[in-house]
Formats: sequence, C-alpha cells, structure tokens
Amino acid sequence: MFTQQELPACKPILTPPWVITAFVSVGIIFIPIGLASLFASEHVVEIIDRYDKDCVPSNYTNNALAYIQSTQTNKTCTRHLIIPERMKSPIYVYYQLENFYQNHRRYIKNRNDYQLRSRAYEFDVDDCDPEAKTERGPIVPCGLIAWSLFNDTYRFSLQNEVIQVSKQDIVWKSDQNHKFGSNVYPKNFQSSGLIGGARLNQSIPLSKQVDLIVWMRTAALPTFRKLYGKIEVELEANQNLTVLIQNNYNTYSFAGKKKLVLSTTSWIGGKNDFLGIAYLAVGGLCLFVAISFVLLYLLKPRPLEDPSYLSWNINPAGLSN
Amino acid sequence: MASNRPLLIPSPRTPGSNQEDLPYTPISTDLPKPIPANPKPVALMEVNKPVDKSPVPESVLNSSSSQRSISSIQSRASGANSLREVSFSDLGSKPVRHGSRGADSEALSMSQKEINDEDARLVYINDPGKTNERFEFAGNSIRTAKYSVLTFLPRNLFEQFHRVAYIYFLVIAILNQLPQLAVFGRGASILPLAFVLLVTAVKDAYEDWRRHRSDKIENNRLATVLENNQFQEKKWKDIKVGEILKISASGTIPCDMVLLSTSDPTGVAYVQTINLDGESNLKTRYAKQETLSKVPEKEKISGLIKCEKPNRNIYGFQANMEIDGKRVSLGPSNIILRGCEIKNTTWVIGVAVYAGRETKAMLNSSGAPSKRSRLETRMNREIILLSLFLVALCTVVCVCAGVWLRRHKDELNYLPFFRKADFSEDDQKNYNYYGWGMEIFFTFLMSVIVFQIMIPISLYISMELVRVGQAYFMIRDDQMYDEASNSRFQCRALNINEDLGQIKYVFSDKTGTLTENKMEFQCASIWGADYSGGKTSSQGDQVGHTAQVDGQILRPKMKVKVDPELLQLSKSGNNTEEGKHINDFFLALAACNTIVPLVVETSDPTVRLIDYQGESPDEQALVYAAAAYGFMLIERTSGHIVIDVHGERQRFNVLGLHEFDSDRKRMSVILGFPDRSVKVFVKGADTTMFSVIDKSLNMNVIRTTEANLHSYSSTGLRTLVVGMRELNATEFEEWQSSYEAASTALIGRAALLRKVASNIENNLSILGASGIEDKLQQGVPEAIESLRIAGIKVWVLTGDKQETAISIGYSSRLLTGQMNQIVINKNSKESCKRSLEDALTMSAAFHNTDQSSGSNARTHALIIDGTSLVYILDTELEEQLFQLASRCSVVLCCRVAPLQKAGIVALIKNRTDDMTLAIGDGANDVSMIQMADVGIGISGQEGRQAVMASDFAMGQFRFLVPLLFVHGHWNYQRMGYMILYNFYRNAVFVLVLFWYVLFTCFSLTTAINEWSSVLYSVIYTSLPTIVIGILDKDLSRRILLKYPQLYGAGQRDESYNSRLFWLTIADTLWQSMAAFFLPLFAYWETTIDGPSIGDLWTLAVVIMVNVHLAMDVVRWNWIAHASIWGSIIATCICVIIIDVFPTLPGYWAIFHLVGDGLFWVCLLGIPVAALIPRFVVKIFVQYHRPSDTQIAREAEKFGNLRELGGAEIEMNPIFDHPPRR
Repeated sequence: MFTQQELPACKPILTPPWVITAFVSVGIIFIPIGLASLFASEHVVEIIDRYDKDCVPSNYTNNALAYIQSTQTNKTCTRHLIIPERMKSPIYVYYQLENFYQNHRRYIKNRNDYQLRSRAYEFDVDDCDPEAKTERGPIVPCGLIAWSLFNDTYRFSLQNEVIQVSKQDIVWKSDQNHKFGSNVYPKNFQSSGLIGGARLNQSIPLSKQVDLIVWMRTAALPTFRKLYGKIEVELEANQNLTVLIQNNYNTYSFAGKKKLVLSTTSWIGGKNDFLGIAYLAVGGLCLFVAISFVLLYLLKPRPLEDPSYLSWNINPAGLSN
Repeated sequence: MASNRPLLIPSPRTPGSNQEDLPYTPISTDLPKPIPANPKPVALMEVNKPVDKSPVPESVLNSSSSQRSISSIQSRASGANSLREVSFSDLGSKPVRHGSRGADSEALSMSQKEINDEDARLVYINDPGKTNERFEFAGNSIRTAKYSVLTFLPRNLFEQFHRVAYIYFLVIAILNQLPQLAVFGRGASILPLAFVLLVTAVKDAYEDWRRHRSDKIENNRLATVLENNQFQEKKWKDIKVGEILKISASGTIPCDMVLLSTSDPTGVAYVQTINLDGESNLKTRYAKQETLSKVPEKEKISGLIKCEKPNRNIYGFQANMEIDGKRVSLGPSNIILRGCEIKNTTWVIGVAVYAGRETKAMLNSSGAPSKRSRLETRMNREIILLSLFLVALCTVVCVCAGVWLRRHKDELNYLPFFRKADFSEDDQKNYNYYGWGMEIFFTFLMSVIVFQIMIPISLYISMELVRVGQAYFMIRDDQMYDEASNSRFQCRALNINEDLGQIKYVFSDKTGTLTENKMEFQCASIWGADYSGGKTSSQGDQVGHTAQVDGQILRPKMKVKVDPELLQLSKSGNNTEEGKHINDFFLALAACNTIVPLVVETSDPTVRLIDYQGESPDEQALVYAAAAYGFMLIERTSGHIVIDVHGERQRFNVLGLHEFDSDRKRMSVILGFPDRSVKVFVKGADTTMFSVIDKSLNMNVIRTTEANLHSYSSTGLRTLVVGMRELNATEFEEWQSSYEAASTALIGRAALLRKVASNIENNLSILGASGIEDKLQQGVPEAIESLRIAGIKVWVLTGDKQETAISIGYSSRLLTGQMNQIVINKNSKESCKRSLEDALTMSAAFHNTDQSSGSNARTHALIIDGTSLVYILDTELEEQLFQLASRCSVVLCCRVAPLQKAGIVALIKNRTDDMTLAIGDGANDVSMIQMADVGIGISGQEGRQAVMASDFAMGQFRFLVPLLFVHGHWNYQRMGYMILYNFYRNAVFVLVLFWYVLFTCFSLTTAINEWSSVLYSVIYTSLPTIVIGILDKDLSRRILLKYPQLYGAGQRDESYNSRLFWLTIADTLWQSMAAFFLPLFAYWETTIDGPSIGDLWTLAVVIMVNVHLAMDVVRWNWIAHASIWGSIIATCICVIIIDVFPTLPGYWAIFHLVGDGLFWVCLLGIPVAALIPRFVVKIFVQYHRPSDTQIAREAEKFGNLRELGGAEIEMNPIFDHPPRR
C-alpha cells in the first residue's frame, strides 16, 4: 500500500457548508475574544506622565543637555498626578522610554552573561568594549547595557503621606536565580571617565540588584516600559498623587522621551485596545465572508462535480490546448 | 607454401604462415569442388587439391552471430569438434571457406590504420615485466570506491563544495566569521552548512562502504594466470597487463584481453555481454589464426601488441599484434572485455591488455545523463527575482542605516545604545566603528547574512530528496512492472521527474516500442503463390517439426503457426515443381542468415530445444518458420551448416557470406550443396531486391509476388524478398578470387567486399517473399488513445515503409477513419515545397469550415517520409512543416534515419516551449532520446543502448500512460506546489526579520533567536514540505487514468506560473505583516523583552507556515499528520530547549510567556488573520472558476465519475489489477 501510494487517507473537500461553518466558527470564536480583550483593556487604569521636558528648569529649556550633564544642577522635580479612576492594588510603576533602542545590535550584545553569573568569570569581559575594564581591573557588570542603567528615581506621596514602592517580585525569578550570580558583586562600575547611568551598591550581589536585572532584560522595541516597582495600596479616583522625581537619566542627547506610568493590570496585560479591535475586525470579517459566500452559493450555485466546468467540456473536440 | 595458397589467405588478419602450427590444416588452392565428405548425410564442400603439408578442413566463415567481426575468421579449422574428427579422418582434402562480410569494414579499416607509436600502448605478450617497465599500466585491482579512510574528509568535502548551494552557505558562513559582521554566533552560522555536509557525508560514506565491500570481493576473485609456464590461480587484483590468462566456461573476464586461442579449433569464443551492455544474446569473438594453436604451457609465446590508449568505446578496438615476426591487426572482435562471461566455450586464453580502471567496462561506468527540468529552469528565473528582492531588502536596510548614522552623527559618541567613543584607553578611540561608508557596507553584508534564506538553498536539497522519493514510488509502481522481462521502471535521471507532467509531444519509435519486436512469421508468397492460411490454423497445429538425433528429439524453442497446406506441399519435397520452389524458399530462410542454433537441455532428457540466437529478430522468425516447415537449422560452424530437412540431416558448406548492410539492404550466402552445386541465396528488402532480380524470368511470378508484397505490407507485415541463383564453376571461381582479393585487401575492404557482393547478387530468380508480423505490444492502442485524449500529440517515427507505417498507425488507433490524411513523399525540394503549401492551404480551409460549422473538428494526420524530410529539415521549409505539423494531431514519419529522428524532435523543440518526450528501444533512437526533453528507453529486444541514453527506462510502451498521467501529474503538481511553498516559507521568515530590523535603528538585530533562525529551515518547517512533496496526491490514480484530460493541468502550467508566483509573493507580504505587526502593536509600550517577542514570532510563523501547508494538503494520511503537527511540536520543543540555557539572553523567556494571556491571543490571532485572505481566495477560485482538478476531486469524493463526460476510453485491464506490494 505504501509503495503504491495508497495509504488510507482522509481527503477533505471544502464544500459550501464546510466553508460557511469554518468562517462562522472563526467569527464566533474571535468576536468574544475581542470583546473580552477590549473589556479587560477598558478596565485597566493607566496614568502616563511625560516628564523629561517639564522637569528641565526653564532657564535650561534650550540647553537640556547641559542641565542633565551638569553635576551642579538640581535634578529634583515634582509632578502631580490626578488619579482618574479607582486603581486597585497592585499598581505597577513603570518608566517608559521612547526612541531608546535597547534592541540596537551594538547594544544588545554588549554584555557578558558568564560574568554576570559567576565570580569565576570575572575577567570574562568579551564583547563588553568599551566598558570592559579600567586600570584597576575588569568592570563588573561590564558592557554598555549595564553602563547605561536607568537612574531616575520616583517617590510617591499622597497628601504628604509617603507611598512605599515595593521592589518585590519585579524581576523574573529565573533571572535572579540563574542569570545573575549571588556571589558576583559590582566592581569598578561607573568608575571610568564617562558615567552612563546609575551606580550600584558594591556590597549587594548582582542577584539582588533588581533594577539592574530589569534593565538587563533588554526591551524588544524602541518604545518600552520597564517595571520600576509596585504600589501595594489602592488609589481612589481624583486623588492627587505627588511624585518626586530625580531626573538623572540623559535622554536629551538623542531626543528620547521619558514617561512615568502607573497602571493596573488585567489578564491581557496593560491597557491596549489594539488586539481587541483586531479580533473584532477579523471576527467580523469572517462573518461577512460567510454571509457573502452564502449569497454566492444561493445566487450563483455551482453544483459540485458539475462537469460543464471541465475544460474539455467547455472546449470540446479533444483539441484541448 | 605461401605461393601455394594465395587464395587461402582471405584476410590480412589471417596470414597463413603459421599453418605449420596447425597440424591438421590442409591447404587448398584450387577451386572447391563438392565432394561427399561425411559418413553422415551431410555434405562437405571441399576442394581437391594439393595440400602442402597436412590435410586440413579449412572452413570458414562463421557468419554466425556477430555482426561485428566475422572477417577475422577466415581460414580456420572447421568449427565443431565432432565434425572436425570426421573431416580429419576422411579426407585428404579440404573444404575451403572464406567468409567475409562487408559490413564490418569500418572497424576493420580503422584497425588497419597505423597506430601512432606515441599514442599506443605496448603490451609484450606474456612479459608483464617488460610491459610495465616503461609505463606503469594500471593494475587490475579496481576501486569503484571513491574514498579511503584518510582521504574521505578532504575529498568528500571537496566534492560537496562543487555544488553552488554549498558554496553559498559557505560564503555566508565565512562572512559571518568576520568580527565586524558577526551577526550570528559562530556555532549557529555554521550549523546549517555542517548539517547538510554531515548528512551528505554520511550518505556518501555508506555508499562508499558498500562499494569498498564489493570492490574487495571483486578484487579477490580468482583467475588462472600463466606463470612460469603453467597456469596458476591468482587474485584478480594481481593480474598485470601482458599476462596470459585462461578463462573457463561461464567464467567472468577479469580484464580486457586479446584472445589468443580458444577451445574451439577455429578460435571462436562466445561471450555474453549482459554485464556490459545488457544484451543477452551471445556474441562471437575470435582468436587470431596466428595464435590459436599455440599452447602457452609448452612453448613460450612472445609478441607485441600495440593498441590504442584506453577508451570507453566498447564497440571499438584497434591494435596490431606482432607475433612470430608477422604483423596482424586486431579489431573489436578479437578482444573480450572485463565483465563479459564466456559461454558455450570450454576455455579461452588471452593476454591482458587493459586492466583495472583502464578497462572499457570501468571507463564506461558513468552516471546517468544530467538534464534540468522545465520547472526548475522556471524556478531559477524566479530565484533570480528573489535574489533581486534580497538585494533590495539589503539596500533598504543599509541606506536607512546610513541615513540614520548621518543624522545622528553628532550623538553617536555618547548615545547610550551606540557609544562610539571608547574612553577606556588614554587616547580616545572609536569603538567598533569604521567610518560612515564602511558601516553602510558592513550593514549591507550583514543584512545579506541575516536574510540569507531568502534564497531558498534548502529548496534544492529538498527537491533532491523529493525526487528520490518520487523516483522510489515510480520504481515500485506495480503498474509499471513488466512481468515478461521481470523489469521494473528505472529512473536514470533524477532531476526531471516533474517534466513528466507537462509533456505535449510524444515521439515514438515503432519497432520494439509500439510493437513487440518479437517477429512472427505469418505468411509467405512462394513462386507467386500466396500462403497465408497459417493465420487461421488452430493452436494445436503449432507443434511444428521435430528432429531426432541420437535418439533425442530436437525441437525449436519457439513454436510457429503453420499453414497446413504449405506444410503438406513442403513435405512432398522435390517431386513437384511447386514443392521444389518451396524447398528452395525454406532452405534460403534457414541458411541465409547469421543465426546460431544453441541446443538447450530440458527437463525431459530426451527432448532438447534449439534456441536460435541472433541479432536480428526477423532472421530468428524466419529460421523458426523454416524449422516449423521442416527445415531445421541444427548446427552452424564457421564453415558449414547442418540443416535437418524433413528428418534428413544435410550438411551445406558455407562458402561465403555477404553481410547485410544498409546500402544494399540485403544479404547473401553462397552455399555448397551436397550434390556439389553452388548456389547463392539472397534475401533483402523489396526495394533493393527487385532491382537485382532477373526480370526476364518469370514475369508473372514477379508480378504476383509484388502484389502479395503489397497486400502483406498493407496489413502491417514486414516483408522480405528471397532470391536465388545457381552458380556455375566459372562464376564461382570468379567470385571466389575476387572475394579472396577483397577480403585480403588492406585498404577499402568494405567497399571492395560490397562490390563483390553486388556482382554476385544479380540476375536472381525470385523465390518468394515472407511476411512477418511485428506484433503490437499489449495495450498500445489504448495507450495511444489515452495520450491523444490528454492532448498529447503522438508522432511515430519509424524506419518502415509508408504502407507498413500507416497500417500500424491504424492498428494502434493512431489513425482513425475520420482523419484526413496528408501524405508527403516527394523526391525533390520543389515538389516538397509544393505539397507542403497545398497541405497548408487545405488544412487551413478545413479549419475555417470547422469553425464556421461548429462541428467537431476534422483532424488531420500527416504522413511524411524520410526522403522528403531530407529536403525539408534544415532548410527554410522547416517552418512550413512545423506549421503543418502543428495543425495535425497525428504525424507519422516513415523511412527515417536515426539522425532525422533527432532532427524532427529538434524541429518542435526549437520552435515551441512545449515539452517533448521521445520513446524508443533501439540504438537508432538514441539521438532522438537525447534530443528530447524527456527520453524514455524501452528495455526490449534491441539491446540496451536506448536505455543507456535515456532518462527513464521501462518495459512496455503502455506504461507511458501511468507514468505520465499518474506519476507525471503528481510529480508536477507536487513539485510546483513545493517550490512555491518554499519560496513563501523562506520569504515570510525573512520579511518578519526585515520588519523588525526597521525598528532597531537598522542594526540587524534579530529578535528571533539565532538558533531558531538557523533551525527554521532545517527542523521547523522542512519535513512537512518534503513529505507532502513525496506523498500528497491531488487526485487518485483511478481518476487520473480514467480521465486523461486531467493531464492538461501540467500542460497548461497550472501548478507553477508567474501569476501564482506573484500571488504567492503578495500573500507572503501580507502574512509576514500579519505575523509581525500583530505582536508589535500588541506589545508596544510594554515590558516585553527581545527574546520573548522573538519566541512569539518564531512560534507564530512556524504555526502559520505549517497550517498554510496543511490547508493545501489534499490527502491526510498519518504521515502527513505526523509531519505537520510533529513539526510544530518539534518547534515548541526546540524553543523550550533554547530557552533553558542561562547564558543565552532568552533564558526562561518562553515559560514567562505562556503565563501571559496576550501571548495566547496573539498566537491564535496571527495564523487566522494571516491565512484568511488566502483561504477566501482559494475558496472563491475553487467555487467560481474551478479547475479540472478541482471538479475531478469533488467527483472522486462524492460520486459519480460517469457524469464527467468527455471521451471515456476503455482502459487496459492491467490498470484494474489489484495493487500488490
């Protein structure tokens, strides 16, 4: 049977009932999913505050770069956020960077995972140039990614009552346990001429440096959020949340945007209507196609296996082309 | 003595000087006169004459089987041992016989040419030391194995890199090793190359191991070699050039050797060359007169053979041998080649001239011809488009990258994600930056690396695998298994399987292809009387004639229907005039040929069968017929034949034989009768025979014979005319002297012999004519009808006469009564031109009336003969012929020469894009087979040359139907789909990568893990396309055979054309965008990290691509299920495995991803959104503009095949055989 190519086989044919069933069922599956996504997305409360421009003092407006690079200027900046709706805990605090290509090929490879994992690989600084070593020895953690660690800080207060931002569980356990060593301590970090971002406490092992771990999981897209922490209290609508921002991170040199994001979450993640709409569109389209085919079958029926459609019946006499 | 025997030296190859060595060889110089020579009723033709030393029967001419060689055998002791004793004992006289044949003279004259010393290989007989002193000739050990343990790696790699695909892989891999360009890790970039190399290397190693094993067995076989004056066993591999070997009956020849002597006193040896060229009939080879009596053990043979350099021509050999101070020339008939087997000869002794890899057999062991399929040619065109597309993508990337760098050039130093400046050293340098221009250049190269699979290199490898699979199924197909010859279909060319689905023209040979080439004697016209009653006689009458010899019954192996009336008349013998003519006629049939009777034992010890071996099936048929009518050829030696005439054994001396040649188109034999009369019998084609028949005699007989001939040939019989003349002494003497002179001539022997032949072949009295039926092969008419219904134009090209060709045309249903026949047989260019023009206008007129009347078109058949073709081919008339031919649905070309066949194929091939297929079985079809797009060889009666030249070989013409309609259709459809699918599969992945690059500052980051990129075309998506390419069937065999019209799908390029290509590309664009942008927008402004979204893209693309394939699968058997769903599962497993390495950036990403609702929503949404447009279009086209295939598929599934209309034909019962395994 096998050698004669006669294996038992099922040979489905797309008959009109099948086709219509298929389209209708896709529609029936997709529309509820779309609605569910939209519904979930609608229930996410999200506050986005772009602060990079507004946090530059007015006298530096035209020279933001000088402001951010100067060690003398006051980087503190206060923002007031009105809570639009009640936000259930946990409220996720993100910083959002735009136009920051964490997926640039030069950047994404500029790290050494061996060094991050184990002290034994401390001198393993391949691929880390130009932030590989100093005169005092190798940099730990080496490479551009670590070097450019985000260093703005946020402090939240509600009517002068400080709201704690928890850094618990903001990183993947897998990263913490296996990717970043518990015996690897920062060394020579940010000690060379050019400071890229945050400094690290040299007495805390890398596996506990959660901000670093978050930062090191490089974003896929040039507009991305990174989890800063979680607020474990609920915020009521119309409350005025005060944020004290240390605006340290230099995005001014490349016109990057910085945003602070507070968001609740749902099964679908953050606030994003796109998928819901897409699902509705696909589902709707399928229903439309189903209806069109029903009309087509009714208006212009072609019986299956209708021989009059055969080329040799259309063009008889065996003189087929 | 020499002076005594000038006439006895018939050829330069047989100088008589070593006659002394032949103790019993009498020499005769005068005219042969018949004398009773034998105690038995066998007459010996002999010569009274002074003998110089000892009496010897010298008979000659074994005109027996080999066409190629007879001239070398002239004077020599008579053949069979039994007779020889007789001759020795009773005569002091001896027959002289000289045979010769004109036809082989090319070879002869070639070997006469001086072989240039520098080109020659010098072989000192029995002195291998000296032979090999100057040049080390190859030893006899052979190595078909290509590699040894040491050389395997370098050589195998070297050979593999001869393929362009691998070079492409290699260049990409090397590029990637440059630090500036390292897009992928080293390991990942080498993996695909390493994988293919490894697979191929393992395959090669296995094959080579098998060759090593068979080499070893071959090399260690034992042969008997003369060493220290005695024959000793020696391994084949130790045989050296120059050594003398002795091979016994049924032994295999270890190396090419020149025959020195054989057990046969005349030096004849029979060899079977089945291992060499596949022909199973015995061939005769001859030892030289000068050497055949030497006994190597007793006396030292020494001599020098000067022969040409080793070459692969198995039918040619030229050499000189210097022995005992004389120089004799050697030709192809004096050499036996490695691999042949000795048959019917007790032993042979020969000297090795070519050994080991220099033997002709080894030089000929070459692969099949290489052609490229139409589909692949088209595909290559589209691959160029894809390359341009690749270049365009790379250009976009590098231009954008350049613009970006330029716009940000002031920021680059400090840009956190770029950081051009390196402050770690004291002097500030640029880190990893080579200037604007170079960066653009590097970006370009890197993008080539990243987008490399845009060029679907893996497609070439998949196609090879698929073709191997398809070939396997074609070979195993029981419907193409020929039980008669126990041969399966053969795929000799592996890369044109899919061409079988697009054939529009079939050029067929007739004899052996449409017909069986098993000739059957049907009727005879003897002395004007037509005896065609045999046809009606019942099977019971077929026992035929038997002869008793020594208490044993001899019976011809093949039975022939006999005409009882004719049998009765022939038994009545010479008593009546009529009986006399009949006897002469059958005597001529039995004698005038080159058939060798072989006696075969049967299970019944008292019965033995006579098997007539010969090269011409016509002759076989005639000899069997003669045997059935009581003229049984029992024995043929070089000098005489024994014929059992109605139970009475008669011996005739064969005094001379003029071989058939294509100029004379006849052959003749000069027989010495027991009553001492000498007669010449001639048989040949009617066209040439009537010119040599004495018209003054028996006008009536000639006329009635001509009429009979006409009626025979119009019923499709092959005809031969037989004539005879009695020679008087003077004539004979004259002939003999000129014959001797001609055969000893050094220059122009062929022409001289031809002249001698023409001189003797004249003024014949006509005996009669024979009609031989060339039976149609089983299933031929049905097959031709199917081909016609399928819209394939069938052209038959034959060497036969016009009447025969037309009659075969009718019997094979090629021609029908409704057809309008256009016959062109003209003798000049002008008349050809005129008839072409007439025919054109006429067919145009018909065409118009048909159109206006709307009736069924009356089809035209063109019948054209070779002579007209001479004036048409290669002239400006070709174009007209082409136009005319393209209006005709059938074309019959008769009387065409082999080269014309190729010319006709070229006529079509050069003017249209249509695929041509040539099918034939004989050497004369080779040129046509090679010229056509697809060449098919029928492994039939006429040897293997056609098969050797063909792309596919099979046993029967009717297998063409399943081959084209079933396998061709499937192969084409599968391959066309597979190519498009592979384009899509690779391009969609590349585009997903490309879209992402646009979001990474054009820096060629890939979110998809590099290992996944590499495994994508190796593991994730490769198996299903191969499996589907081998196994999927759009329609069942039954329905394809029932409706040949379905074959039109391939002829109309329905599975692969530019429109489909562009549709596929558009679909690819949409699908890639759906796959890319859905996650992009879903994950915009989220915390998604690169590897995670990469995993999503990987899975989404793989699922999409496999579901796309699944949507197009027609037949879901378990293998298809396993491969498609298995691939998706394998992908998941691979993605998981890749994500468990902590040192890779994507560590654990997939496990976080599956906890995310968004991921699942995307994963479900992408394939659906991506495939909906394709699905809608597919359904719409299927519904609104269904293809034939689609309707047939519906009919196959739901029902009623009968309603499909169109011409149904009754298929041969063979198709209804239950499938066997």
